[in-house]
Amino acid sequence: MASADSVIITNQLTRKFGELTAVNGLNLEIKKGEIFGLLGPNGAGKTTTISMLTGMLRPTSGSASVHGFDVLHETPKVRKSIGIVFQEPSVDDLLTGRENLQMHALLYGIPASERKSAIDKMLKLVELEERADSLVRTYSGGMRRRLEIARGIMHRPKVLFLDEPTLGLDPQSRQHIWDHIKQLRDETGLTIVLTTHYMDEADLLCDRIMIVDKGKQIALGTPEQLKQNVGHDLVTLKIKNPNLPALQKLGFISGLKQRDGTVTMSVTDIAKNMQKLLNAAGEIESVEVHRVTLNDVFLHYAGHGLEDEHGEGGYFEREMQSQSNRK
Amino acid sequence: MGELEAIYAIWLREFKVYLRERERVISSLISPLLWLFAFGTGLGSSVSFSGVNYQQFIFPGIITMSILFTSIFYGTYIIWDKRLDFLKAVLVAPISRSSMVAGKVLGGLTDVMPQVLIILIAGILLLGIKLSMLSILYVFGISLLIAIGLICLGLTLGANMSSPEGFSLVMTFLLWPLFLFSGALYPVDNLPPWLAWVTHMDPVAYGVDMLQGAIIGVQHNPVYLDLAVLILFAIAMAITATISFGRMQQTK
Repeated sequence: MASADSVIITNQLTRKFGELTAVNGLNLEIKKGEIFGLLGPNGAGKTTTISMLTGMLRPTSGSASVHGFDVLHETPKVRKSIGIVFQEPSVDDLLTGRENLQMHALLYGIPASERKSAIDKMLKLVELEERADSLVRTYSGGMRRRLEIARGIMHRPKVLFLDEPTLGLDPQSRQHIWDHIKQLRDETGLTIVLTTHYMDEADLLCDRIMIVDKGKQIALGTPEQLKQNVGHDLVTLKIKNPNLPALQKLGFISGLKQRDGTVTMSVTDIAKNMQKLLNAAGEIESVEVHRVTLNDVFLHYAGHGLEDEHGEGGYFEREMQSQSNRK
Repeated sequence: MGELEAIYAIWLREFKVYLRERERVISSLISPLLWLFAFGTGLGSSVSFSGVNYQQFIFPGIITMSILFTSIFYGTYIIWDKRLDFLKAVLVAPISRSSMVAGKVLGGLTDVMPQVLIILIAGILLLGIKLSMLSILYVFGISLLIAIGLICLGLTLGANMSSPEGFSLVMTFLLWPLFLFSGALYPVDNLPPWLAWVTHMDPVAYGVDMLQGAIIGVQHNPVYLDLAVLILFAIAMAITATISFGRMQQTK
């Protein structure tokens, strides 16, 4: 089942809180060096999964191993192999950035001879050198998050867990954190597991994504695969004299709808079929293509369930749904 | 080696935070002095016990009170750490539960012991309490023992409480009874039987008795009994705190 380069393997990992099943039989297999995303709404069981993988929470049933160590029976070894950035702020705001890292170095047994250089290196990596000796209390949200990431990787873990790494940050800080995460993976080959409910974040950062909802896996794949499974791009055309019958004959079009001079449809393989579409459509005033996003993917799976996985024409409903969800 | 460094790390954090939270330092110093001078002087103007004036009589009790309140406050303070994820960062580190408790206890002692020293100095300078260098060390030793047990009790409470709102219950049902039944404010010789019995159940009473023996020379129980109770209490609470931290590691 597990290949040799898997860093995290779980088997039917389950956690119940009383009646509620927070995580329901998850089978994860995360490869060395990949950025793996757990994507799902709040309450999907992402943080609970992370808590179990980091030995903070006992699974109700099932098993999990991290870097070859069983999370239940070899917890201390698991803890040594991982770094974690929690969802809520977890750096001490009455200590300076440097002091936080010093404390971490002591807790993780980084040898005294390496401590100072390790701390300096980390501060430089996350660009906090200038503020290293100010109290964390005076840091912005993005700076705290960067400090937490520095802390999470200082003891050279094999796996870094990031629980909603950009939650509550402004767009600029988010971009900054994303750059850091990518740079980290590229430079160190670290395996990174992140949870997020931001579709754009998952799309941008992750090599593979598992979409979870109500504790269950509902889809797994690279962002491209997931989008391809949903398949249809949304095309909106403004046409003077729409030739609807001709459009309807095209095999790659579905869910055609017309309102005034605007025609909307979902199209498979837009790159290949665009020319044919335009030829058939009539005199075109404007073309708008909305590529499938992970948001659509998520709504596709979570909104319709797995049974009607290839339900077609649902794109418009999903689009409507996502618009009402955005309010 | 690794565990010692971890204990040091946790203590260092507590120490730095203590120095930076001046409000905490100031209020923890002022309240025992208020008791000593406002309550002690007020009541002392009409009563005296055990052959010493009332201010001198309650002096050991006020030291105990200071230890009691500071220790429990300090221990339950981890609820605030728990509300953030700060405590999680420590709980997820590859160190043992007992090292966490040990570090926390050392941090608490750093909080408590300077207060004991300051109250002692105030007593010697302002109340005319006479203590030899040796007795001062003796008082310090007893205070240390009382504090260890009470800090561990506080940590146990903090680890098991889910929100700071529960703290008023701790005040009402634990802190005040522990203090009021300890014999800190009145002598325990002529108590009605039910009250004497409650006093015997109060571990803090044994600390008060020890300190009264050390400071004003009046001790009801044999030294070995007081010592045994204090040591057993400290050990039992240290074990409970360690178990509670372990549980917190698995449930947070």
